[in-house]
Amino acid sequence: MSGPQRFPHPEPAAPVESASPGKPAPELTDAALERLMPMHLVLSGDGTILKAARTLRRLRPDMRLEGMNFFELFELRRPRGATRVDEMLKAEGGRLSLAFQKDSHGHFKAVAVPLANGQGALLNLSFGFTIVDAVQTYDLTAGDFAGTDLAIEMLYLVEAKSAALHESKKLNQRLQGAKIAAEEQAYTDTLTGLKNRRAMDHVMARLTREKIPFGLLHLDLDYFKQVNDTHGHAAGDEVLQGVAEILVHETRETDIVARVGGDEFVLVFKKLADIDILREIANRIIHRLEEPIPYNDTQLEISGSIGITTSLRVGSATPEEMLEIADLALYTSKRAGRGRATVAPIVGASSDDLTGNQP
Amino acid sequence: MHGLVNRSIQCFLRDTYGDSLWLEIASRIGISENGFESMLTYDDSFTMDLLNASTRRLDKSVDMLLEDVGTYLVSHPKTESIRRLLRFGGETFFDFLHSLDDLPERARLAVPDLILPNLELIDIGEGQYELQVRGTHKEYAFVLVGVLRTMADDYGALVFLDQALSDSGHMTIRISLLDSDFSEGRSFSLARPDATVPEEHR
Repeated sequence: MSGPQRFPHPEPAAPVESASPGKPAPELTDAALERLMPMHLVLSGDGTILKAARTLRRLRPDMRLEGMNFFELFELRRPRGATRVDEMLKAEGGRLSLAFQKDSHGHFKAVAVPLANGQGALLNLSFGFTIVDAVQTYDLTAGDFAGTDLAIEMLYLVEAKSAALHESKKLNQRLQGAKIAAEEQAYTDTLTGLKNRRAMDHVMARLTREKIPFGLLHLDLDYFKQVNDTHGHAAGDEVLQGVAEILVHETRETDIVARVGGDEFVLVFKKLADIDILREIANRIIHRLEEPIPYNDTQLEISGSIGITTSLRVGSATPEEMLEIADLALYTSKRAGRGRATVAPIVGASSDDLTGNQP
Repeated sequence: MHGLVNRSIQCFLRDTYGDSLWLEIASRIGISENGFESMLTYDDSFTMDLLNASTRRLDKSVDMLLEDVGTYLVSHPKTESIRRLLRFGGETFFDFLHSLDDLPERARLAVPDLILPNLELIDIGEGQYELQVRGTHKEYAFVLVGVLRTMADDYGALVFLDQALSDSGHMTIRISLLDSDFSEGRSFSLARPDATVPEEHR
């Protein structure tokens, strides 16, 4: 670092002494200083503005800044509340933060250096992060900034990045829309790989429409909530995946196994409406569900409650009504102590229908 | 090829010749109606198919078509942001010309994976310049001619442009800056106009 910079004092002026005699400091004309620092101020020791460079003058076009008191024009944020030039010069590295008095616009950062004559200071200001607002408020042009100031590059970057961001946002929105559409069209439950409710609705509607008899098991896991609460969602997810495996194993390929809620499953048995076989399958499933599942150092224990019905036992019920019937039977199982299967009563059937409907 | 390039050509076709022409070309090159995504990258063959289908359909040479794309990019209201970004290059057309050397870096600052050809401006003197365009796709030079012609109007400068393939295989654009203060040009302010309004609604 060389000694304190020397520059012409605009006042009638005290003789300037060279701070480091061996190295003559460069003498700069006013025009040169303006070009290097279009936002600088020269203050006298008592804070009077001796000179305000051209861009600062543009910010206050209806004021004559020269001759005003610096501290009446600006409010110091750092060092906070400073009201004297020597206080400012004591700031670490001469770094200041300031704003126009009573103005929401115009926050500046600045560096202050003492004048060579020891009387007063030179302040070089810049907009910092308020640059984007500043060009808008004061209608600044490239010529208002020093040639080395990165203000223009900064403004360019802000615009370029927001244009690029805008494009990315549009892409994200389109992808989001496509994802939602794909999910709506999907038939698979992503966690278990089983079919989902939509697939189940679709299959039941088709079987009903084509009058193909089918059996229906509605399964709700028992003690699943405790597993989730005690061991966390990861354990819960593992249980659900294990359950899915059991259900797939205990059914035929032509049957539909769907996860229709958190721990709720529906099994549709195509062309199988024999209530005894369905009850047997249900009991076998419950038996398998009750086998403890090893998880980390512990064993997870659940069971299942099942409601059973068939398309032949529900008269002309719609698939939704048929699910409700199975659901009622499921809750009978729950109330009876869980871990069991209940066959739903035949709906609206006279005894004739009953015999006629039994396979 | 970067999606922005394909998307630019797509938007040019759609905004200049209408939806039906774009849909016709989209189906011919086998891309969905929505066309290209500006932030994805596509195989170069897509761009070539797009250009071939467009030049055939419009009965235009590829240099004419791409020059029109260049003009579109810096003059259409929908692409005002590109014009503005280029105007950050300088306060006069002279400054703008000299900022072209930095154009690929500038573009990369905004979109890191957008590779533009290297540009080098050679000042021959007396308002004569040569812009050397070096890159894998010489077609960029045709787009640049459209951009330069339109930006000259934007700055109010009178220029004469001419392109040629140099002996070493790169494209050169010869620029004669006849009058840098020929007309008033379009105004430009560093502050973004209605910066808070999304582009589609402007």
